[in-house]
Amino acid sequence: MNLINVMPIAFTALMRNKTRSFLTALGVIIGVASVISMVAVGEGAKARVSGVFAAMGTNMLIILSGSTSTGGVSGGFGSMPTLTWEDLRAIRNQAPAVRWAAPAQTTKVTIAAEDQNWTTSITGTSPEFFDVRNWVIDRGSLFGDSDLQAATKVLVVGATVSDKLFGPGSDPIGRTVRIRAVPFLIVGLLQRKGQSPMGTDYDDAAFVPVETFQNQIQGGLQNYIAGIIVVSAISAEDTGRAQSEITSLLRDRHHLGPKDDDDFNIRNLTEMANAQQQGTQTLTALLAAIAVVSLVVGGIGIMNIMLVSVTERTREIGVRMAVGAKPWHVLAQFLAEAVTLSMIGGLIGIVLGSVIARVVAGRLGWTYSPRVDMILLSFGFSALVGVGFGLYPARKASRLDPIEALRYE
Amino acid sequence: MVDLVVAPMLVVARDLTKIYILGDTELRALDGVSLTVVQGEFVAIMGPSGSGKSTLMNMLGCLDRPTSGTYTLDGQEVSRLSRGHLAEMRNRTIGFVFQSFNLLARTSAIENVELPLVYAGLGRRERRERARVALESVGLGGRLDHRPSQLSGGQQQRVAIARAIVNRPKMIFADEPTGNLDTKTSVDVMALFQTLWRAGLTIVYVTHEPDVARYASRIVIVRDGKIVSDTKQEPLIAEIAA
Repeated sequence: MNLINVMPIAFTALMRNKTRSFLTALGVIIGVASVISMVAVGEGAKARVSGVFAAMGTNMLIILSGSTSTGGVSGGFGSMPTLTWEDLRAIRNQAPAVRWAAPAQTTKVTIAAEDQNWTTSITGTSPEFFDVRNWVIDRGSLFGDSDLQAATKVLVVGATVSDKLFGPGSDPIGRTVRIRAVPFLIVGLLQRKGQSPMGTDYDDAAFVPVETFQNQIQGGLQNYIAGIIVVSAISAEDTGRAQSEITSLLRDRHHLGPKDDDDFNIRNLTEMANAQQQGTQTLTALLAAIAVVSLVVGGIGIMNIMLVSVTERTREIGVRMAVGAKPWHVLAQFLAEAVTLSMIGGLIGIVLGSVIARVVAGRLGWTYSPRVDMILLSFGFSALVGVGFGLYPARKASRLDPIEALRYE
Repeated sequence: MVDLVVAPMLVVARDLTKIYILGDTELRALDGVSLTVVQGEFVAIMGPSGSGKSTLMNMLGCLDRPTSGTYTLDGQEVSRLSRGHLAEMRNRTIGFVFQSFNLLARTSAIENVELPLVYAGLGRRERRERARVALESVGLGGRLDHRPSQLSGGQQQRVAIARAIVNRPKMIFADEPTGNLDTKTSVDVMALFQTLWRAGLTIVYVTHEPDVARYASRIVIVRDGKIVSDTKQEPLIAEIAA
């Protein structure tokens, strides 16, 4: 007997009692299936969270103006304009970690088409805004710098606005709508973006050049920006650097002493995304831990049955020893049986877990991405469970005395 | 002396004792047994139950080790061998036949006979072939795939004998081989042993039935853990019933 033929011998022995073998393997099947499906579901959740944040913008930072502080009462951030157009220019030119920066001034307006009108949020901004938001034009074109300078009355709309004004799927390019009785020409339709993490419809929005916004919709504040600045760092890793560059730049420009608080506020969306991501990861780890526990319980099930099996087959062990089985032969046989059980259980569990993960992902509309490393890991782990929990019964079998074993009834 | 020159000594046991401790009493199952068996002998060990003959058999068959004394089997001192080496002796040098057959249940006759060859490390094809030949030589060539539960007692014992001879041992030890068989089947089994003996195998068996002991060429009587008589005889020829 060698290690090559020990597996078929073990398999034959297991097939002599199919029901019991299946029930024994069931623990491992459930354990592995839960590991695979839990991790896949966790991965799906993670992919979804990153998808949502990617939709919000690319490596995005948001700069809000400072708070007022009169007589001990502090207003919220943005209650007092502190950011100037010069600040924006400086951020664009003097912060190396910043790729794009755009102002954004937003209000609610009612847009009137020939026979429909729709109230939506309108944002005055510059073309960089769409780069920061990672938002592509679907039809027509964006407004350019010349539109900005000339304050032309052009409008870029989101898909929902177009649907509401002209009916779903129709082409709004070249049509004229009125905002506060002023005619605007629709030049661009944005690609559909979906919902924000809070459930807001991104596509329910319209955009005009910021100069136009100040002239026609809501007056500006001369030197100050009556809104926010959105910024995109050159990469996800550089958002922290961009944040500190902007902070020191703005503190310098606003002549803030070392003891003064910032009169602006920077929100790092990448960090928020990471925090969210970590939350999901923690959840995934928790689920995986529970699954691993069930795998260990499955292993104990194997040990249990193997111990019963050793007792039941004492006579068989005696016969094998009498015709020349050495202690290690018996050890190898029982170990191989445990490992075969757990590996077959592992294989079935992998198939079952993948099916469950696929069904769950399908129900929730997530993408199912099988993790090959998890599949290999749980297969290896189930084999390890077989060795770990098979060793004790196998040792017990190999230490039997042949005469006692043969006498056993 | 002439015998000794021609036939080598297979079994040389000197002063074997086996003491079991039961609570605070000592049980001397074997009390200084010395026995020599040369190649070609057909030995019956007799004695009443509790005389120590089974203990002696387990010792000679390398299933057990003596408390004291020496035992040389086929030129090798085995009384102090490790469990693994004892297993090797049981596998290569001897074949063992039990009273209760001791076949693996739910396992075909040929697979049962193959078992010693599995532990001898033979390949699958050679195992099959040798097991088939062994089963044919005991007259069970037509029952290779029968399971023990589908065979009669006599047939099961013949499968066990085929298993004992399949690895071409020098000796066969049999512990009450006819104990679970009726008279007619017992004669069949003894006839088979005599055939193997004539073909050159050395056989030692335990029995408590004088009828069964008559087929041997030598009778050793054990009582209270000691050999009390050791005589040669002309064996009765066992005739297979028609």
